[in-house]
Amino acid sequence: MARGAILSRSPLGAKVYIYGQAHLRTLLVSLGRIWHAPLSSIMTTAVIGIALALPCGLYVLLANLQSIAGGWDNTASISLFLKIDTPPATARDVAAKIDQRGDVKNVRLISAAEAMAEFQESSGFGDALDKLERNPLPPVLVVTPAAGARRALPANALLAALRTLPDVDLAQLDMEWLQRLQAIMDIARRGVTSIAILLGLAVLLIVGNTIRLEIHNRREEIEVTKLVGATDGYVRRPFLYGGVWYGLLGGVLAWLLVGGALLLIDGPAAHLALLYRADHQLIGPGIKGTLLLLGTGAALGLLGSWLAVGRHLSAIEPR
Amino acid sequence: MISFQDVSKRYPTGFEALNRLTFRIDRGEMVFITGHSGAGKSTLLKLIAAIERPSRGQIVIDNRNVTNLSRRRIPLLRRKVGLVFQNYQLLHDRTVFDNVALPLVIAGVPQPEVRKRTRAALHKLGLLKRENALPITLSGGEQQRVSIARAVVNRPPILLADEPTGNLDPALSEEIMQLLEQFNQVGVTVLVASHAIDLISRFNKRIITLQNGRLMRPEADEQPRTAGAL
Repeated sequence: MARGAILSRSPLGAKVYIYGQAHLRTLLVSLGRIWHAPLSSIMTTAVIGIALALPCGLYVLLANLQSIAGGWDNTASISLFLKIDTPPATARDVAAKIDQRGDVKNVRLISAAEAMAEFQESSGFGDALDKLERNPLPPVLVVTPAAGARRALPANALLAALRTLPDVDLAQLDMEWLQRLQAIMDIARRGVTSIAILLGLAVLLIVGNTIRLEIHNRREEIEVTKLVGATDGYVRRPFLYGGVWYGLLGGVLAWLLVGGALLLIDGPAAHLALLYRADHQLIGPGIKGTLLLLGTGAALGLLGSWLAVGRHLSAIEPR
Repeated sequence: MISFQDVSKRYPTGFEALNRLTFRIDRGEMVFITGHSGAGKSTLLKLIAAIERPSRGQIVIDNRNVTNLSRRRIPLLRRKVGLVFQNYQLLHDRTVFDNVALPLVIAGVPQPEVRKRTRAALHKLGLLKRENALPITLSGGEQQRVSIARAVVNRPPILLADEPTGNLDPALSEEIMQLLEQFNQVGVTVLVASHAIDLISRFNKRIITLQNGRLMRPEADEQPRTAGAL
């Protein structure tokens, strides 16, 4: 049998095997303890789950807003109105020069004549405009920033740089409101981060307190195991694993809560998207987000129980 | 095997439980410790198992000075010392088998070996049929036997029993003492604290008498060493 083979291979291999087996047993024992006290376990898990679901849900919400705003990002562009009498050749030169910049994706030149034609077509002033002696419209360069320069700061830097060009009369960043939206979302992101930190602390305290009570309830057992030669590590282990389980189960619950909330708003969100003729689908936490959520839960559980164990376990010695 | 050199124990309350105790217990010896309650019997056993630490003096167990044993090393000492208590100290949410297996599990003994040795200990103490019972369903005598099985399951060289018959009737008490004697006969050094003078004087073993934390030396010296002593 494989077990025998491992045991006979080397004392170190056997030791590692036995150690692993002991850990696995403790892992299951600590899960069993949670299972055997369903009411208090469910309440603890629920509190942890809600505390984790709130920041997770807000992050998902932000990610969705981000993706909507990101869709609009592509249309962000800078309109450069050149001086009225700029000859077409100069306009082309300026366009070529701007096109060579690293933070510019492309430049489209709308000559004065083209602008006039477009205006005549769309404005309905066709005949009236015909009567004008000269074209009152300047040539326009539509500059699309490179992907990296689309966020507020680099886009503004680009705008400032273009504004100083000699032939430019007026430079206008379209979709300034988009930048404002992004600024608002930056604030929101920080707000969510602070909420996440606070609720993470709350999870630490909840797990710590739960483990503290458990240590208290198992005082006799701890004393007896110490009397028969248990090391501090042995005594500590089930409580640490207990904390990990609480955190992990809380993470699972949080994931379910966020998933449920997404299901609830999926219908209305699709309707809203339809009204805006937008093709937007709700983004869930995703695999990465899910792993992060569960990992955060488990880590907070471990840390919380570690704090409780460190404080309360060493105080229990057989008398 | 166990040597006390000028050992005193003063509790933080100021109570002097043991006062400059010096004695030696040889390997394979069985010794009774007696005296009135409060004479220091329990404290003496607790010092050997490092449950209490001495205020002064030196304690050597199995050729190792354990006077200032570091906290980290205490578990290793306790694995060499089987402990039996008056109130049994069993875990009530675990079966008899799990209670007895506990020292082996803690010591990291592989599962098949745990089963084998636990069954052997249960068999030795006539508890094999009760292995799946919870301690609370057992009689006092049976619970004490479970506690003895747990104390000997990892074959420690030293067995300490603190008033092991305190809660038992005379017939059961005699039976428990005989069980302890049987372990002594296979080479375990056994220390039994008991105030049941009538009972322990029926065994032909050395008796250490404590009075107010001091050794009643003349009496202790007059006690004949048994043939088992080395």
